[in-house]
Amino acid sequence: MSAASTTITHEVPPKSGLRAFVDRLRGGDEIAHLITLIASAGIILITSLLVLELWRTSYLSRTKFGWMFFWTKVWDANFDKFGAATFIYGTLVTSAVALVIAVPLGLASAIFLSELAPRWLSDIVSFLIDLLAAVPSVIYGLLGIFIVVPLMRTTLGPALKKVLGFTPLFAGPNYGVGFLTAGIVLAIMVVPFIISVSREVLLSVPREQREAALAMGATRWEATWQVVVPWARTGIMGSVFLALARALGETMAVTMVIGNNPQISASLFAPGYTIASVIANEFTEATGDLYLSALIELGLVLFLMTFILNGLARILILATERGGGRPA
Amino acid sequence: MNMKKTFVVVSLLLGMAALAAAQGGQVLLNAAGATFPYPIYSKWFDVYHTAHPNVQINYQSIGSGGGIRQLQAGTVDFGASDGPMSDEQLAASKFKILHFPTVLGADVPSYNISGVSGELNFTEKALAGIFLGTITKWNDPEITKANPGVNLPSADIVVIHRSDGSGTTYIWTDFLSKASDDWKNKVGKGTSVNWPVGLGGKGNEGVAGLVKQTPNSIGYVELVYAAQNGIAFGKVQNAAGKFIKADLASVTAAAAGAAKDMPADFRVSITNAPGATAYPVSSFTWLLIPAQIQDPAKRDAIKDFLKWMLTEGQKYNEGLTYAQLPKPVIEKELKAISLVQ
Amino acid sequence: MSEPRIMWRKAVNAVMLTLTGVAAFGVVCVLFLILGYLIFNGGHSLNLNFFTQLPKPVGETGGGMANAIVGSLKLLLLAALMGLPVGLLAGIYLAEFGGKTFSFIVRYTTDLLNGVPSIVIGIFAYALVVLPVKHFSALAGGVALGIMVIPITVRSTEEFLRAVPNSMREAAMALGASKWKTIVTVVLPAASGGILTGMLLALARVAGETAPLLFTAFGNRYWGQGWGQPIASLPVMIYTYAISPYDDWHRQAWAAGLVLLMLVLLSNLGARFILARSKAV
Repeated sequence: MSAASTTITHEVPPKSGLRAFVDRLRGGDEIAHLITLIASAGIILITSLLVLELWRTSYLSRTKFGWMFFWTKVWDANFDKFGAATFIYGTLVTSAVALVIAVPLGLASAIFLSELAPRWLSDIVSFLIDLLAAVPSVIYGLLGIFIVVPLMRTTLGPALKKVLGFTPLFAGPNYGVGFLTAGIVLAIMVVPFIISVSREVLLSVPREQREAALAMGATRWEATWQVVVPWARTGIMGSVFLALARALGETMAVTMVIGNNPQISASLFAPGYTIASVIANEFTEATGDLYLSALIELGLVLFLMTFILNGLARILILATERGGGRPA
Repeated sequence: MNMKKTFVVVSLLLGMAALAAAQGGQVLLNAAGATFPYPIYSKWFDVYHTAHPNVQINYQSIGSGGGIRQLQAGTVDFGASDGPMSDEQLAASKFKILHFPTVLGADVPSYNISGVSGELNFTEKALAGIFLGTITKWNDPEITKANPGVNLPSADIVVIHRSDGSGTTYIWTDFLSKASDDWKNKVGKGTSVNWPVGLGGKGNEGVAGLVKQTPNSIGYVELVYAAQNGIAFGKVQNAAGKFIKADLASVTAAAAGAAKDMPADFRVSITNAPGATAYPVSSFTWLLIPAQIQDPAKRDAIKDFLKWMLTEGQKYNEGLTYAQLPKPVIEKELKAISLVQ
Repeated sequence: MSEPRIMWRKAVNAVMLTLTGVAAFGVVCVLFLILGYLIFNGGHSLNLNFFTQLPKPVGETGGGMANAIVGSLKLLLLAALMGLPVGLLAGIYLAEFGGKTFSFIVRYTTDLLNGVPSIVIGIFAYALVVLPVKHFSALAGGVALGIMVIPITVRSTEEFLRAVPNSMREAAMALGASKWKTIVTVVLPAASGGILTGMLLALARVAGETAPLLFTAFGNRYWGQGWGQPIASLPVMIYTYAISPYDDWHRQAWAAGLVLLMLVLLSNLGARFILARSKAV
C-alpha cells in the first residue's frame, strides 16, 4: 500500500460488556446457538420423559421380580410369572442376523450406486430403494408369511441343512418360521437405510481422494475399498446405527414370521420371540396390572439393550477413527 | 342507537344458540375393544347411523384388553370384550360396568394331515392332550378311537396357537380348562397363556396360514374366519357325548342351553354347555356399558342402540356368519337396558 | 509388479464390482416384487370409490378409504411440523456449534430414541396427550409420529452438514458473514440434498407405522373434524382389514398399501423437484 492511501486509524476502545453482548446478540450467532441448543436439549428432555414414564409404569413388575427378571425364562400371564430372558435372546439374534445380511448387501449396493452407476441410474435406483422404507411393516409381515416362510420351508431351509446341517446353528426341524426368517425380513426392512445414507456419504467423498489412489495405480475396486470407503467410515457406521435401531424396535413384521415361541435355542431354524413382538402382541389385550407392568418393563429392558449396544458401537467407532478417515 | 345495539346483540345470541342447538343434535360416540366382532359391529353401527343420521358410533378394534382399559380411563364411551371382566377387575373399576352379550362366537380345530382329507372327530381329552404336549403323534389311541376307519399317520403333531392376546384364545383355553384338570392347573385360561408347546401365529390368518403350510399341524381359528375362507375343520365332542360340527345352529344351541342358569349380569362361560346339539367351544362376546352415563344425549343414544341391536340388529348376524342370540337371552337383556342411567 | 499379481488384482476388481451391481439389482428386485404383489392383489380394488368414499361394512361394495387417506396426510403434516424442525436444528447444533460432551450426550440420546419400539412411543404419547384430556386425537398421533421422525433427521442432517468442506465455511467467514449467516446461506444449501433425503426417509418410515397410532389417533370410520378428534389413517386401516376374515377387506388392505406407497413416492418426487428448482435459482 502506498503511503498516500493509508487510512487514519484511531484507537477504538473495546465496547463495554453489555453493549458488546447486545451487539453479538444482534449479530445473530448467539441466538442461533441458543435455538439449536434448545432443540438438542428438547430431544434429551423427550427421551428422559419417556424413560421416566416407562420406569414409573413398570413399578409393580420391577419390585416384584427385581434382577431375576433378566434371566427368568418363563412368561406366564395366567400365573403372573414374567421374565425377559427369551425375549432378550430373540431380539439380539434376529438383529444380528439382519445386520449380517443387510450390511454387506447394503454397502455393496451403495458402492455400486455411488462409484459405478451413471448418475441418472444411481438417482433413480436410489429413489426406488427409498420407497422400501415406506412399506408399512404390516405388509412386510404379510409378504413374509406368503413368500419368505414357504421359501424357507421348502427351498432355502433344506439347502442350508444339507450344507451346514452339522453345525448347531442349523440343527433341528425347520418349520419355515423362526429366527432366520425373521432376520431375513428384518434385513430387507433395514437395507434401505444403509444404502440411502451410505450412498450419499460415499458421494460426498472428495474426488481428490479417488484420483490420488487411481493415480498411484490402484484398480477401481482397490481405490474404492481401500480409500473411499474408509474415508466415509463414520457416515457408513451411522447408517448401520439407523439400521440396528430399526431392527431392534421392529414390531409388526417380525411377529408374523418368528413363530412366537418364547424359547432360547441355538438353532436359527427354531421359533423364537423378540421384545418388540411380545409387546405388540400382548399389550392391547393385557388386563392385569402386573401383566401390563411386566410388558412395560420389557420396553425398559429394550431401552437398556439399545443403550449398551450403542455404547459398544461408539467405542468401535472411536477405535476405527484413530485408524484414519475423514477428520472429525 | 341503543335499540339497534340491543337488537344486534340479541340476534347474535339467538343465532349462537340456534347454532349450538343444531350442532348439539350430533351425538358422537367413541368405542373400543374386541376384534372378533368387529365386522358385525361395523355393520350395525353403519346401519344404525343411516337410520339415525345424528348418531355416529366410531368403534375401533384395538383388542378386548384395550377396550377395558380405555373404558376405565374414560377415553371411550363404551367398550367391548370377548371375555367377561373378572370379579377383581370389576371391583377395581372406579364405576359400575354392565355386560351385554351381542353375538356368539366359536372356535374350530383346523388341521393339515398328510393323507387325511375328511372331517376328524376330537374328544376333549384329545384336544387337551395335544395342546398340552402329552399327545404327540397323530395315531395316538385317543385320536384314533374317535375316528375308526381313518388312516392317521404316526407323524409328530405340530401345534399352532395364537401369539397375540385374543378372545379366540380365551374361548379355546376356557374349553380346555374344563376338559382337563391338568390344563387348568398348568396353563389356565386367558387371552394370552403360556403355551406348553407349539408355534404362535399372529391373528386368525397367522394361525390359518401356518396350518396350511405346515404338514401334520393343528390349530384353532374362529368359526367366522373358517367359514369365510373355506378352511376345513373337525368336530368336537360336547358334554352330551356327541361329536358336533360348529355352525350357526349348534352355536346358538349352546347359548340356549346356558340361558336357563344365566346370571343377571350375563357374565357366563358357555363352553361345554349342556344340550345334545350344542357346540362345546362357543362363547358370548359382550359390550361393556357404564351403568351411569352423565350426558343425556349419549345415554339415550346408547340405550336406543342396545334395544335396536337386540331386535333389528340380530337379523344381520347370519349374513356375516355370526350366530344370533337365543330368544331367552334377548328378553333378559332388553329388561337389563333399564339399568343404564 | 509381476504379471500374475496384476492379473489377480484385475480379476478381484472385476468380480467385486460385479458383485456390487448384483447386490443393488437384488435390492431393487425386492422392491419390484413387493410392488408387483401389492398391485396384483390390490390393484382391482383401486377405483374412484376407494379415493372418495368412507369405509363400508363388509359385504357392501363401494366402500373406500377417503378418510384414511386424508387422515394419513394430516398426521404426516403434523409429524413433519413437530419433528422435522427439532431434528434439523439439533443436527445443526451437533455439526456447527456443539461442545464435546454435550454433543456426545445428544447423539447418544438420539440413537436411543431411534431404537425405542414404535408401540412404546405410542404409549408415551398416550400418557402425554390423550390421558390428560381423556380423548384420542389427531394431535396425539402427530406427536407420536413427530417423536419418531426426530432421530433420523438429526443423524442425517449432522452427517451431511459435516460433509460440507470447511473451506466453504472459511470462505464465507472471510467475506464477513457471521456464523449463522454462513450456515443458512452456504452450508445448508450445500448439504440440502442429503438433508432432504434424510427428512423424506424419516417421513416415509413413519407413514407406514401402525402401532403408535392405535392409542393416539385411535382411528375413525367417519371424517375426523379438526385436530382434536380421533382420525383414520392408512396403516391402521391396513392392519384392521388385513387381520379380518374377509377376502374383500384383504384386497382393500393391499390396495391401501399401494396407495400409501404412491403417496410417499409423490411427496418424495415433489420435495426433490422443489429443491432442484430452488437450487437452480
